[in-house]
Amino acid sequence: MTAGPHIEGLLRELAPQVLGVLARRFGDFDAAEDAVQEALLAAATRWPVDGVPDNPRGWLLQTGSRKLLDQVRSEQARRRRETLAALREAPAGAAQEHDDTLTVLFLCCHPALTPASAIALTLRAVGGLSTAEIANAFLVPEATMAQRISRAKQRIKASRVPFRAPERSEWAPRLRSVLHVLYLIFNEGYASSTGAELHRTELSGEAIRLTRTVNRMLPDDSEVAGLLALMLLTDARRSARAGPDGQLIPLDEQDRTLWDRRLIGEGIALLDAAVARGAVGEYQLQAAIAALHDRAGRVQDTDWPQILALYGLLERMTGNPVVTLNRAIAVAMVHGPADGLKLLETLDARLAGHYRLDAVRGHFHEMAGEFAAAVRHYTAAAARTTSGPEQRYLTTRAARLQAG
Amino acid sequence: MAKYLLIVDYRPGVVETPMEQWAPAEIKAHMDYYTALNQELTDSGELVDGYALTRPELAKEVTAGAGAPVVTDGPFVEFKEMLAGFQVVDVESQERAIEIAALVSRVPGPGGVPLEQPISVRRVMGASDFALLTPEL
Repeated sequence: MTAGPHIEGLLRELAPQVLGVLARRFGDFDAAEDAVQEALLAAATRWPVDGVPDNPRGWLLQTGSRKLLDQVRSEQARRRRETLAALREAPAGAAQEHDDTLTVLFLCCHPALTPASAIALTLRAVGGLSTAEIANAFLVPEATMAQRISRAKQRIKASRVPFRAPERSEWAPRLRSVLHVLYLIFNEGYASSTGAELHRTELSGEAIRLTRTVNRMLPDDSEVAGLLALMLLTDARRSARAGPDGQLIPLDEQDRTLWDRRLIGEGIALLDAAVARGAVGEYQLQAAIAALHDRAGRVQDTDWPQILALYGLLERMTGNPVVTLNRAIAVAMVHGPADGLKLLETLDARLAGHYRLDAVRGHFHEMAGEFAAAVRHYTAAAARTTSGPEQRYLTTRAARLQAG
Repeated sequence: MAKYLLIVDYRPGVVETPMEQWAPAEIKAHMDYYTALNQELTDSGELVDGYALTRPELAKEVTAGAGAPVVTDGPFVEFKEMLAGFQVVDVESQERAIEIAALVSRVPGPGGVPLEQPISVRRVMGASDFALLTPEL
């Protein structure tokens, strides 16, 4: 879009609201989604020239409705009259706008969809990114992404999921799906945000923006706040995470003056408020760990005993072996590499063949001064990683030790 | 999602008869199978790209140091090991990549018998797994 940052932000904010209203009125999510995209396109071309209308949401609703009506008109005259009548309803209030965005999010992140479909659909319908932008971010051709989005919409249609806010009883699991999809979008951008794939940071930015929206709508939900805090506290380290040539810089070697203090401050404030409300969840725990790292001005100031305790809680809550792997790092920092290595043995079966297990082993052996073993494990990890920057990091680490 | 490269070479599978000796209808059935499979993968939003390569007779090798590059015909390795074609798919899991590779391997030959051509499955470098969950690395 060339509409300028102000208009672009406004359109992204309004897109899911307009989609929500149209989908509810016309009962056809697929058609409504197409109509909204056309309305957004019209706005992006006309607003920079004509100026932003006084009621931008109304403008988009009207334009989107007109596009939908064009379709309906050619199909069924009677339905057209009914819809026109519906369009004369009074505009919805602020609470309604929020409900609409949330309802669209719930629909896009429906458990009936695979994570990849949910991600694509969310970015398109709620994120307001064009198919080309999403395809670019995931490094696939536009036609491939278009197919994926259209399949996701078909699946929703076929599963006959009604377009409405979920019942109170299904609220919690559905919100969890939404948060998980937002987490995955952020991770996708963050995990590959070095070197040649730098443009994918768009995904992290979009995940933050969407999580902010959800947090605004559900300010009392501490896990929503926890997830937003986690994203901000992680994203704050972005510019220190990669060297000038895109090489990965681990946490203990980062230039901490490059960390974004403003994001850290905002993340910590959010987290503190969330924790004070009780009901600690896994996103808050991850955010709390990120905050402890961010709070340490120097690497030697890191509060490892506290991080170790938090990983213990997170491990009990999730049972995720990758969390145990992280706890082993904290164990090694608090009690020494021998204890860390001992804990890793419990992961051999559950993380068999996973390169991070080898990478951490290599690290512990290096800490213990056992350089030959360290090189062996770094090399094994480099052979199994799925990420280019990580492979380079691990190979360089092994080479550095061998050069002695 | 992860991308996988599916590689087919000139190893014949269970059918030794070269394609020039198949019945025209068998060649058509073979090609139609590929077309249908590619359409299926396009429709599912999984196919990123795919190409069949020209025959090894047209292959060149280039080596270059400080001076002018040297271009030769070749390589003259065993014909069967030469790359014949590839597809790139973007899929949810390695299991799905293997499932697709099995469909490629099953392409019919003479008499409609599956060729059982070996398909190599290689994961493309991409995002790191669990990046957000392992802040210390």
